[in-house]
Amino acid sequence: MVPLSYYLVLSGFLFACGVTGFLIKRNIITIFMSIELMLNGVNLSFVAFAAHWHSLAGQVFVFFVMVVAAAEAAVGLAIIIAVYRTRETLNVDQVNLLKL
Amino acid sequence: MTFLPAAVLQAIPQSTDYIRILPELVLSVFGIVVMLLEPLVDEEKSQKLLGLVALGGAVAGLLATWYMARSPGLAFSNMVKVDGFSVFFHFLVIAIAAVVILSSFDYMAVQGIRAGEYYALILFGVVGMALMSSAVELVLIFIGLEISSISTYILTGFRRNEASSSESSLKYFLLGSFATAFFLYGVALMFGATGFTNIALISQKLQSGPVELLVYVAMALMFVGLGFKVAAAPFHIWTPDVYEGAPAPIVGFMSTAPKAAAFAVLLRVVFTINAPGRFWLIWIAAAFSMTLGNVGALVQTNIKRLLAYSSIAHAGYLLVAFAMIAPDNSVSGISAAMFYAASYAAMNVGAFAVIAHFANTGERYVTLEDYEGLGRSAPLLAATLTIFLLSLIGIPMTGGFFAKFYVFSAAVKANLIWLTLIGVINSAIGAYYYLRIVVVMYMREPRKPVPVTPVPIGLGAALAISILATLYLGILPNQVLQYAQQSAKEILPQQAATFANSTETEPAAPVSPH
Repeated sequence: MVPLSYYLVLSGFLFACGVTGFLIKRNIITIFMSIELMLNGVNLSFVAFAAHWHSLAGQVFVFFVMVVAAAEAAVGLAIIIAVYRTRETLNVDQVNLLKL
Repeated sequence: MTFLPAAVLQAIPQSTDYIRILPELVLSVFGIVVMLLEPLVDEEKSQKLLGLVALGGAVAGLLATWYMARSPGLAFSNMVKVDGFSVFFHFLVIAIAAVVILSSFDYMAVQGIRAGEYYALILFGVVGMALMSSAVELVLIFIGLEISSISTYILTGFRRNEASSSESSLKYFLLGSFATAFFLYGVALMFGATGFTNIALISQKLQSGPVELLVYVAMALMFVGLGFKVAAAPFHIWTPDVYEGAPAPIVGFMSTAPKAAAFAVLLRVVFTINAPGRFWLIWIAAAFSMTLGNVGALVQTNIKRLLAYSSIAHAGYLLVAFAMIAPDNSVSGISAAMFYAASYAAMNVGAFAVIAHFANTGERYVTLEDYEGLGRSAPLLAATLTIFLLSLIGIPMTGGFFAKFYVFSAAVKANLIWLTLIGVINSAIGAYYYLRIVVVMYMREPRKPVPVTPVPIGLGAALAISILATLYLGILPNQVLQYAQQSAKEILPQQAATFANSTETEPAAPVSPH
């Protein structure tokens, strides 16, 4: 059997990849995919812990996360289309009307 | 049904379960009705009608909350808990929604936005916030958080043809999802450390044994997620941009209702779990929020950005209440936080209602310069805004005064002298930029003509409710505060709660904060 720590390290790595992608990528779609990667990293943790505790709660949680991620994707892509219509670009550096 | 095992029978919801989520059900039904009506009614008349339906939904939600308050207890396999605390926040967020819907009637017509979903999304968002305030299970907290967030992401971008609105929506969405992922990772680690996702069970587990390092990491990650939602420093960067681009009534909504709900979650999680090692985390976040918010607001010329920074500062004042650790201080901390959330909601929703009206078509008039001479051209509107600004400063006789007073006096009692000092200095800095708006309105000659349209009935009602609530909390704060103190005891962990119950036997009577 694969020990718990392997899963946790992999999940932490996926999450870190997502965070890095979010911070360094400039294309909105890629940034959005990085967020999904973070969520999948979290899901892996949930499943691993669910197996560790012999509790179904963790696996059920994953379903909810997936549903919410899908809802978020629908809204997110709609917002991205709205931005593209007014701006004709998907580069976050050029979406800078409001000063940050 | 006798052939079913006992565990399954227990999981079948009873009618009391549904009563305990009645406000959420009522609001969802009204939201769906608005969506269904939208394509059926004439486009010219639809806005008024849909707005009225949504308003009816919010009022029905308030009544449902009153009905729900009479049957406190757990529901749906210990997912939902109806107690004084959740009733308080139900009243608060639904009342905020009602006032925002009232103030939106005219705004939508002036901006030329024709979309019934606007009202439906406000109702759906409130469902999420109401769920957050009564959730005692991390799964449900997450779902509520997302329902409220996704609705506000869309509402932020509702001035669809304006580049600034869709940009603020995008920023809010990306950073919001980023923060949610952190919150979720914290939940996963908390589940990993304890094996539970129920707050009460986590609390028991943590009190019974030594606390692992993983728990600290989990709490910190969850704080990142919720800190973003309440716009506390250092997770506040998004606030000014998002508030500047979003429709003004929605800014009034999202700076109060989701914040109050997120603070409700934070209160419940932090104090029920009795989160270990939270003191410095919260101390630093509170001090930074107050300072960065107030200093940032000093240099703003756009009034929406100015109030965005002010909202960061107010999140900081509220966070001071979280730094109480000992159980006897906890009650005063929690009740001060609840009172603060209510009075901040009253004044900020009102302030943004005035701003939304004054901004006019396309939100053209939102800079400080545009407000010059408003005291002469529209004395009533200027006086209304002045009351809200004085309340934001914390002048006596307004809700803002007692909100700050309770938070700081609780902090002094808990011996948090430095944090209180930082807070008081910041209040003084805050007075400068709020008063600057008042000075501009009353003492400057207008340099360019700014049209001021008469106040319509809906907005007038919204402003009247906000002013009454602000003054009520400032003149007769006792009733709300006593209610907050009683319900604060209910969210403390078990031992402390039984200790508190032995001294206090009076049943909690639900009181509307509005």
